[in-house]
Amino acid sequence: MSNEGDKTIGSGRQSAFTTFGTEAAWLAGLTGWMVLGAVIIALALAALMVTASRSREGALTHRQGMRLVLWAGGIVPSVVLLALLVVTLPAMRPIRAAGDDLRVTVTGEQFWWRMRYQPAGAPPVTAANELRVPVGRDVVLALEGGDVLHSFWVPGLAGKMDMVPGRTNTLVVHATRAGRFRGQCAEFCGLSHALMAFDVVAMAPAAFDAWLAAERRPVTTAAAAGARLFDAHGCGGCHAVRGTGAASAIGPDLTHLGARETMAAGIQPLTTANLVRFIREAPAVKPGARMPAYPQMSAQDATAIARWLETNR
Amino acid sequence: MKRDAPRGRQSLGERVRGLRVTLWTLIVPPTVWAMHFLFCYLWVAVSCAKLGAFPRFPIAFVAGTLAALAIILASGWIAWVQSRTPGDDPPHDEGTDIDRLRFLATATLLLAGLSFVAVLFTAAPALLLTDCR
Ligand code: HEC
Ligand SMILES: [Cu+2]
Repeated sequence: MSNEGDKTIGSGRQSAFTTFGTEAAWLAGLTGWMVLGAVIIALALAALMVTASRSREGALTHRQGMRLVLWAGGIVPSVVLLALLVVTLPAMRPIRAAGDDLRVTVTGEQFWWRMRYQPAGAPPVTAANELRVPVGRDVVLALEGGDVLHSFWVPGLAGKMDMVPGRTNTLVVHATRAGRFRGQCAEFCGLSHALMAFDVVAMAPAAFDAWLAAERRPVTTAAAAGARLFDAHGCGGCHAVRGTGAASAIGPDLTHLGARETMAAGIQPLTTANLVRFIREAPAVKPGARMPAYPQMSAQDATAIARWLETNR
Repeated sequence: MKRDAPRGRQSLGERVRGLRVTLWTLIVPPTVWAMHFLFCYLWVAVSCAKLGAFPRFPIAFVAGTLAALAIILASGWIAWVQSRTPGDDPPHDEGTDIDRLRFLATATLLLAGLSFVAVLFTAAPALLLTDCR
């Protein structure tokens, strides 16, 4: 995998401690308190052991000893655990989904993500490998497994949830600040499981609406040389580029590929060089990828297709 | 639990002390806990799978939980009374009737305490969660 110019990937963009969603923020806070509590308990226990090893025999009567066991070993732990249970259980209640919330169907495929935005009262928009969410609004994610088991995990946004073929699991998320983050498949799904990631872009609601409107528009470059090569090489047999004849849903929708920052499911920055390499030898970049290699394709053709895909923003 | 002490002018404590204790009475509290646990999980699982909704019958659920707690409390109280039968300090490991009684009673008492807390811990999610997801 050639990740030259790797600067857009990493450094806190995929961390449960760099939170941008209500659920993840709560979890990070709870983790902090739990660590604090565990440290206090460990220190108290160490102090108790030092005291015990230094006291003379018979310092406690049998009755006092039993009382210590009852309180320190029974009552206090039970009460602490019960309190923890009662505090955390309401947080396990999923956010309630309202009928007019934005719904995004996310389907895990070997080894990429199909994204289908379904805003209330408007036709759906299909995209891939990047999830955009409006800040401050609930978003209902309908998680599906397209072929095998996958798991949807954006550590900074919420907990992880499995994507099971034949089932729809619902995860309601609520982003709290804008930024570019990252998610990852968290269930082994095949050779390139570790190369199945995606960008998550949380944006101000107005910017999100503008983005979705742009994403809905077909491309206007159907007559470009790259478009003709795309068609001649049969790419349309698997991919869709709305506004051209290509309308297949086997591979990721490439309509507005140029508007994304990463490619091939979040593993490389979107550059012409990376695109050319991926188009000609996808299985070498991503072992087991469901896209054939095109060794016979000239570098010029591949570059022309890549440039064309990049112009479709 | 079979009573084999004669009913009469004995105090309640004396009568309780006369109850027979066996390994069967020892496992009454954990068995009640297990039934309560199974019942809660099956109830929610069946309701979510068949009706598609989290069960909302708080009265039956609270009544069942209170019944489970009551049985455990009763069993624990009997064990507590019996464990106070006069005798040596622990371990109650002599081959005598008194030691057998005090061993089983102490073990039952501890199990009752554990089961009581466990039933509460099982009931809390059933009361506080409201969604099948
Ligand atoms: C047999 C079906 C198939 C054919 C034919 C095919 N692809 Fe793909 N393509 C895929 C699949 C599947 C993926 C997703 C691979 C992955 O990430 O695991 C993909 C991914 C891509 C990506 C990365 C998409 C993204 O969201 O980052 C590009 C770009 C691409 N293909 C371009 C092409 C071009 C150009 C051609 C024609 C030369 C072509 N593909 C032919 C199936 C196909
Ligand atoms: Cu996967």
